[in-house]
Amino acid sequence: MPAESVYPDLEPLLPRVRKPIQYVGGEVGSVVKDWDGADVRWALCYPDAYEVGLPNQGVQILYEVLNERDGVLAERTYTVWPDLEALMREHGVPQFTVDSHRPVGAFDVLGLSFATEMAYTNLLTVLDLAGIPLSSSERAGSHPLVIAGGHAAFNPEPVADFLDAVVLGDGEQAVLAITDVIRDWKRAGRPGGRDGLLLRLSGIVYVPRFYDVTYHADGRISNITPNRPGVSPTVSKHTVMDLDAWPYPRKPIVPVAETVHERYSVEIFRGCTRGCRFCQAGMITRPVRERSIGTIGSMVAEGVAASGFSEVGLLSLSSADHSEINEIAVDLADCYEGTNVGLSLPSTRVDAFNITLANELSRNGRRSGLTFAPEGGSERMRKVINKMVTEEDLIRTVTTAYASGWRQVKLYFMCGLPTETDADVMAIAQLARKVIAAGREATGRRDIRCTVSIGGFVPKPHTPFQWAAQCPAEVVDARLRALGGALRADRGYGKSIGYRYHDGQPGLIEGLLSRGDRRVGAVILAAWRDGARFDGWSEYFSFERWQRCADEALAGEPVDLAWYTTRERDYSEVLPWDHLDAGLDRDWLWQDWQDSIAPEGAGEVEDCRWTPCYECGVCPAMGTEIQVGPTGERLDGRRLLPVVGGR
Amino acid sequence: MPVSASTVSASATSANTGPAPTRPAVQYLVVRYAKRGKMRFASHRDVARAFERGVRTAGLPIAYSAGFTPHPKISYPGGAPTCVASEAEYLSLALTARQAEAQVCQRLNAALPDGIDVIDVTELEGASGGASPGAGTTFGHLEASEWEVVLPGVEPAAAGLAVAAFLARDEAPVERLTDKGVRRLDARAAVLEMYVSEHAAAIGNEDCAILRMVVLHTAPAVRPEDVVTALCGQDGIAPSSPSMTTRLAQGPRALLAGKGTS
Repeated sequence: MPAESVYPDLEPLLPRVRKPIQYVGGEVGSVVKDWDGADVRWALCYPDAYEVGLPNQGVQILYEVLNERDGVLAERTYTVWPDLEALMREHGVPQFTVDSHRPVGAFDVLGLSFATEMAYTNLLTVLDLAGIPLSSSERAGSHPLVIAGGHAAFNPEPVADFLDAVVLGDGEQAVLAITDVIRDWKRAGRPGGRDGLLLRLSGIVYVPRFYDVTYHADGRISNITPNRPGVSPTVSKHTVMDLDAWPYPRKPIVPVAETVHERYSVEIFRGCTRGCRFCQAGMITRPVRERSIGTIGSMVAEGVAASGFSEVGLLSLSSADHSEINEIAVDLADCYEGTNVGLSLPSTRVDAFNITLANELSRNGRRSGLTFAPEGGSERMRKVINKMVTEEDLIRTVTTAYASGWRQVKLYFMCGLPTETDADVMAIAQLARKVIAAGREATGRRDIRCTVSIGGFVPKPHTPFQWAAQCPAEVVDARLRALGGALRADRGYGKSIGYRYHDGQPGLIEGLLSRGDRRVGAVILAAWRDGARFDGWSEYFSFERWQRCADEALAGEPVDLAWYTTRERDYSEVLPWDHLDAGLDRDWLWQDWQDSIAPEGAGEVEDCRWTPCYECGVCPAMGTEIQVGPTGERLDGRRLLPVVGGR
Repeated sequence: MPVSASTVSASATSANTGPAPTRPAVQYLVVRYAKRGKMRFASHRDVARAFERGVRTAGLPIAYSAGFTPHPKISYPGGAPTCVASEAEYLSLALTARQAEAQVCQRLNAALPDGIDVIDVTELEGASGGASPGAGTTFGHLEASEWEVVLPGVEPAAAGLAVAAFLARDEAPVERLTDKGVRRLDARAAVLEMYVSEHAAAIGNEDCAILRMVVLHTAPAVRPEDVVTALCGQDGIAPSSPSMTTRLAQGPRALLAGKGTS
């Protein structure tokens, strides 16, 4: 495929679409390398709108890691909104990268990062607009290799037919290893064609077509086995050890268009071992690997100076758990005192928040939003999910926040958790009332507020709840309605409590896509052909469409939407992702599942950072270890502050 | 009228911590900048965000407003619409320490995305006393703009006839779809002059007509696209793809009018 820029054809279409700036690139921090000087070329795709995809850390990290290498080129592409999609089809403009507007079909690799399963239909839009056959088996040597990664790719089976390969786990080293294999294969004259390349890659990546899946008559999977010699029966995830050696993104991409996160984000650690049983991220990213305070400091200094962002996000799955979080917050706030740079901790555990953090996050007088996630309304529920925060923890924490000047906190919950009853959900109303009462008492004011935000729980692969029955959408919706009613009816507190909820139906489709097998691919294809786009956006999602397409596409199979979602699995059932190894011992996961639903009350799992190893299996299986501080280092403001010239 | 794109968050009011003290502005600079190439697709708000970040990256000692959510003191008169390029956009910066104009120009250009290009920086005389100058005095009198409009697929001769017909009319009512609904405007009243440029023929591009027009800044604003709508609807031209518009100059009407009559 010719690699010339399609911009001359795209430009006349742009005045006819919403927010055209998102399609033109040219951001500070973006890179356009010489096409002919590169021997391996990646198109990196976040399969959602630019405004969501641009801030994605994964894509920004890989973009920089790849572009730093000689002879390697990486450009970015995002899903275009339906207004531009229609015009591109009408005028024959293919899927393009925003960096140099080259057609995606001209690249060696199309790498897609899936943070959520709801982006699967966007994958098909991208492939189709790129002129790449949707089915992996129909692709020729000239088509880009289609590789997926990201958390959702830990069960890629529903999209297995559309992908050539899948990377499990951390991408930094994996993309470089893949690049080397592709370069060698091209230099050797492409031996064996596309299959030859995939064979060379297998082991680094999972190649779905090298595995056959067979089924029992009742619909359960019988076997998942390699179908050619030399292919391993299981594929392991990648784990980057020593985050200090991979300090990316160094030069963040600064969008001209407005995006969902406008800040310089630095990942302060990767992995989480709190052991929340619903949390896929906490299970598949083990062990905890901290970035040191020194590296965090220099990344922030460089990143803020290069980007001009006025907010620094300290990212991780539970940022207040960093061994030196107080030092990081105090020192960064010292360094940026008076410069109008603010700090935010997007993910903060109730029991790890403290007065130091409260003070440092609000040092400049500005306060980013404060969200805590008790997840369950009752103590019993929180034990089931192993989210071991007590009501006292929560009240103490929100009291600290209100007393430190916050007028509003957001509380996040889930509905439809295993063993949940109506009473567990109604307990959220009691909890919210106590939060407001404590806030009024701490501040002596009546204008403090809290917002209860709640969504339906979706069981995820590689978690103890992977065997659980998903709660039916009707039950979720009924409980959400009852909770809303109770909150609104409260005379003393109702006006101080906001309520946001997500309907149960989209969660059911997310459940289908999360725990589905290869037969679900036909449902995705049918839904996409029927017009499904941007399914993560409520204004585009249609449950009716998905339900109809599932009925039709699965008509010849002994399984249906309910079979994939609201059915509990047993120990012996082969799960679609059993051959994909996140390191977790299957028997440990099963025991943890059994402990959670034990009739005498759920068993508790502590965090292995502070208590002895409980043998989840990850470290020995993957050859990894926990990497945590403290380092005892402190940050030096004179080194961190950007030099202001001309004073 | 310092305007900023930042929003004030309701949760930012505090009982026990005060806002950071602000340093007074000692110098006001007027920046003329261009919106070129792909950056013509940036909206007014996009450009404002780029400047707020660019000023930080450039290390300029920008003054901040007082209050709990301080924002940089950058003021913007009306910007060119999304999709419209410009060689004559303006903003002003309030600085807490004096800077050399050429230095500011160079540092901003190093910090801004290509296509948002600073053309020159001039100090606003007599405004260093501390009081924020008003928009009228800051930017002179931005009463009108000169625009160039490229109409693909339109014969220059046909464009000439349409322009003559337009200018001969007393009014040219057009409708524009905005976020707030359909807006009705008289495109004719705002047009001080308009003619077909010889430029297209001169560069050997016979596939388009190039219009030059001077349009008054009225409220509600009449945009060049409104004039093109009138030319298409009432005066019989039909571009083959969307027109491409560039603002060439902004200033007092007396300065612009008559400038281009060829």
